[in-house]
Amino acid sequence: MSEQVIRHPEIERPNAFTQEELGWEPWLEPKPAEALTEEDYAGLVERKRADSPYFRLLVRDPVVLGARTRADNDIFYNTDSGLGRAERELSAAATSRTNGCIYCASVHSRFASLQAPSRRDDVQRLLDFGVDGAQDERWTAVVEAAVALTATPSHFGPAHVAALHAVGFDDQAIVDVIQSAAFFNWANRLMLSLGEPTPPAR
Amino acid sequence: MSDLIDELVGIAPGDPLDALRAKRPTAKADAQATYDALVTSPSDLGRASAVERAAIGYWVAVLSSAGRLAAHYRDLLAALDASIVTAIDAAAADALTSGPYGAFPPGPLSTEDEDGLHWTASAELREAVGARLAAALEHAHLLTYRPRDSSPDALQALLDAGWTTDGVVTVSQLVAFTHFQLRVVAGLTVLKEQQR
Repeated sequence: MSEQVIRHPEIERPNAFTQEELGWEPWLEPKPAEALTEEDYAGLVERKRADSPYFRLLVRDPVVLGARTRADNDIFYNTDSGLGRAERELSAAATSRTNGCIYCASVHSRFASLQAPSRRDDVQRLLDFGVDGAQDERWTAVVEAAVALTATPSHFGPAHVAALHAVGFDDQAIVDVIQSAAFFNWANRLMLSLGEPTPPAR
Repeated sequence: MSDLIDELVGIAPGDPLDALRAKRPTAKADAQATYDALVTSPSDLGRASAVERAAIGYWVAVLSSAGRLAAHYRDLLAALDASIVTAIDAAAADALTSGPYGAFPPGPLSTEDEDGLHWTASAELREAVGARLAAALEHAHLLTYRPRDSSPDALQALLDAGWTTDGVVTVSQLVAFTHFQLRVVAGLTVLKEQQR
């Protein structure tokens, strides 16, 4: 007999994009906390990630999880030049909106709003209307580049680079747009396929 | 140390793009480390064999029309089992489409639902690559084009085809990571021609 997935028929699945804090339940058994080895903790990078069922599921391949997590941190949190923090989160949110990852979009739209508190409504417009929601020219260039790179096959082309240059982003910032959108094409596929979001706690 | 993304984009030491990538050194090193852990030197071939890993990477790159990455995986797979290359190439024509599409949980987003190809492996492909790899190729097609259609049933199909829970995690990482890898290559290739 093969192993069995975990089903959650009781969950009322969130069915709209939101900046609220959602939960997430896995469809496969995470590694039990008491079974974690030192290699697993190295893969988790931060010990507190052992509290997360998502990371305890991914730690079933600890070397890959460790590399994934360190790459994630460098792409989003290394602020030595390049794209601003808010715009990196915007790129992640636009990618997640396009792929349809309600959970990832909730986290990174919330982070974008935290980084740019005056722009919470702009972020919400991205969630509500996707690429059709109007943004200023800088955010439009970032969103359109992320969305084009998210298409399969990729539609990202010279016009996206030219548009990013035209609104003042340098090549280092464009590398950050590319890597943050590319990274969420990785993250979205894991979050969407290994479990499901749960409603905000009330 | 060779770096596959540099190789595929055509970045040499001292190039402007080399300096740009060097500003995100951990992202660069760990993109390569992930690739090595998933494809070139995995520690556990029991959960997914070398042939399965190369075949899944090749399939994702082919479905994404990521030419240079597909050529790389094709060489890798051909060196391991050329018959799998032939089988995958024969299957590709009926599997290629464009994405992302799929359905949202019923509600306000249902107006954005978009239907598209739900690909299943043919009897010929199943015969050529085996039920277990065929199931992984079906799952990779789902994750490539319509990730929002993912479901517990899709994971159960992998388990029923003989994948373990650990194996499903590794296959999922491989498919998802390849989507990162091919987009970094695509993005940097465009930027290389447009730098200023």
